[in-house]
Amino acid sequence: MSITLKLIWAFISLGVVTVWGLTLNGIVQKIFARVQGRLGPPVWQPFIDIIKNNAKRTAITHGIMFYLGPVFRIAGGIGTYMFIPVIFGSVYFSNFSMSGDVLLVMYFIFFGQLGMALGAGEGGHPYSAVAVSRGLAQMTAFEVPFALSVISLVAQYGTLNITEIIAAQQGGFLQWTLFTNPLAVIAAMISMLGMNMYNPFSVVIAPQEIPIGPPTEYHSSFLGMLATNRGIFAGAKLILFMNLFFGGATNLFSLMLKTFWIYMFSVFVGAAYPRFRTEDSIRFFLKYPTAIGIISILLFTL
Amino acid sequence: MNDINDTIIPEPVPEYPDWRKDAKTLTNAGLSEEEQDWFCDARPQPAKKSWQVMENFLNWARSNSLWILAFGTGCGAIELRPLITARYDISRLGMQPRPTPRQASVFMIGGYVSIKTLKRIVRSYEQMQGPKFVVAVCSCAINGGMYWDSYNTVKRIDEYIPVDVYVTGCMPRPEAVLAGFSKLKELIKGGKAEGQNLYAEKFDWYKENQKRVIKDWNMPDYNW
Repeated sequence: MSITLKLIWAFISLGVVTVWGLTLNGIVQKIFARVQGRLGPPVWQPFIDIIKNNAKRTAITHGIMFYLGPVFRIAGGIGTYMFIPVIFGSVYFSNFSMSGDVLLVMYFIFFGQLGMALGAGEGGHPYSAVAVSRGLAQMTAFEVPFALSVISLVAQYGTLNITEIIAAQQGGFLQWTLFTNPLAVIAAMISMLGMNMYNPFSVVIAPQEIPIGPPTEYHSSFLGMLATNRGIFAGAKLILFMNLFFGGATNLFSLMLKTFWIYMFSVFVGAAYPRFRTEDSIRFFLKYPTAIGIISILLFTL
Repeated sequence: MNDINDTIIPEPVPEYPDWRKDAKTLTNAGLSEEEQDWFCDARPQPAKKSWQVMENFLNWARSNSLWILAFGTGCGAIELRPLITARYDISRLGMQPRPTPRQASVFMIGGYVSIKTLKRIVRSYEQMQGPKFVVAVCSCAINGGMYWDSYNTVKRIDEYIPVDVYVTGCMPRPEAVLAGFSKLKELIKGGKAEGQNLYAEKFDWYKENQKRVIKDWNMPDYNW
């Protein structure tokens, strides 16, 4: 396939994952509302919010980094997504997965957050700075078990290439990493709780004490961009987890089914548990999931 | 006795100009040089609308995604809390409370407005990005209510920022506030909620009114 055609298909799949990610966000809002005994917003509410934010007539800026913050964030989201094969075996939905491996994807997960931290810092709002410091501290902590679990996978399959990792899991659900290397999956799923920032790790966004976290100063189309990225990034992360631990997907339907239930794991935990403080969540991540991750590495290397 | 009086240090002269003498002067000159850099120096301009079909669609989106900045100036603010609970649940109408003025589109003023609060209201209102709408709840925000002859309470909030919908009552029930919000939705869908443009067009008038009551004007004229 020529590079142009590949690019076109990559952008089509980007559109698909954006819509799916935003729909998932809408479903999650609905589920949280039902748990709290409310009706909740309609499932398509994230789309309306994005339209409205982009349709704001005025916007102000605080400087160049303020502009670049959301750009870096969405670049991180798209970059994460572009190097993940979406549907295993499909030439159209494989993105640029042959050009980068899981380490590059992990880098992109981090990249957007750092760019956002710089942009939010220039906003000058003290709440942004507090939330950024909380967010970066927590992110550094949950990266440890996730990295350990990826290292364990590399030791297990002997490759960093995501497509090869999916290929090794084909042939029945008992071949999934979930069953062949359960400890690594447990460590990674716990770190996903931190990534998705629902309870008990929601102190970064902290809707009550620190209004909406780092993007306190972001508004209008900046916020629309960040909200779009929520969809892309959520979809990209879920597809990455599905690829690494749940055998990938061979068609769009199984992709939707698997990503939905992977997401529901953090939603159910979030709906049921109260919140950790930052230092508690760091301590938690560096304790149990890290230990589990180290054991899973030892099992495959010794 | 005279000796003691001689040693009293005179009150420092405020650095900002006296706005009461020249209420029509509009600059950020009252601020220190460092602070001037933080605020915009341009007057607000009436925003242009896009073509009608598009504007109707955008107005529909705006009316279905009202993010509320609740300004708890008085007792009416307590009526917002029941709206968020399972009993009234405004989130099913696409509304949600938003703690920062930058992202909010509806400014809900809950109750009487003292002059001290008016300063904060003006600053928050100007920091909101347009199109922005104002809902004033309680009789105190409409005519002063039980504070009608108070020396430090503003009677008609309408003279200081443009208000789209008033909700009467002392205090109005959550149902009344909900009815006010659905009225606001109708106005937005009909393209009649253009408070932001009104504020830009009559900017001098609004500033003059604000400065008439706010005696210690030590804030910028352009808060965005």
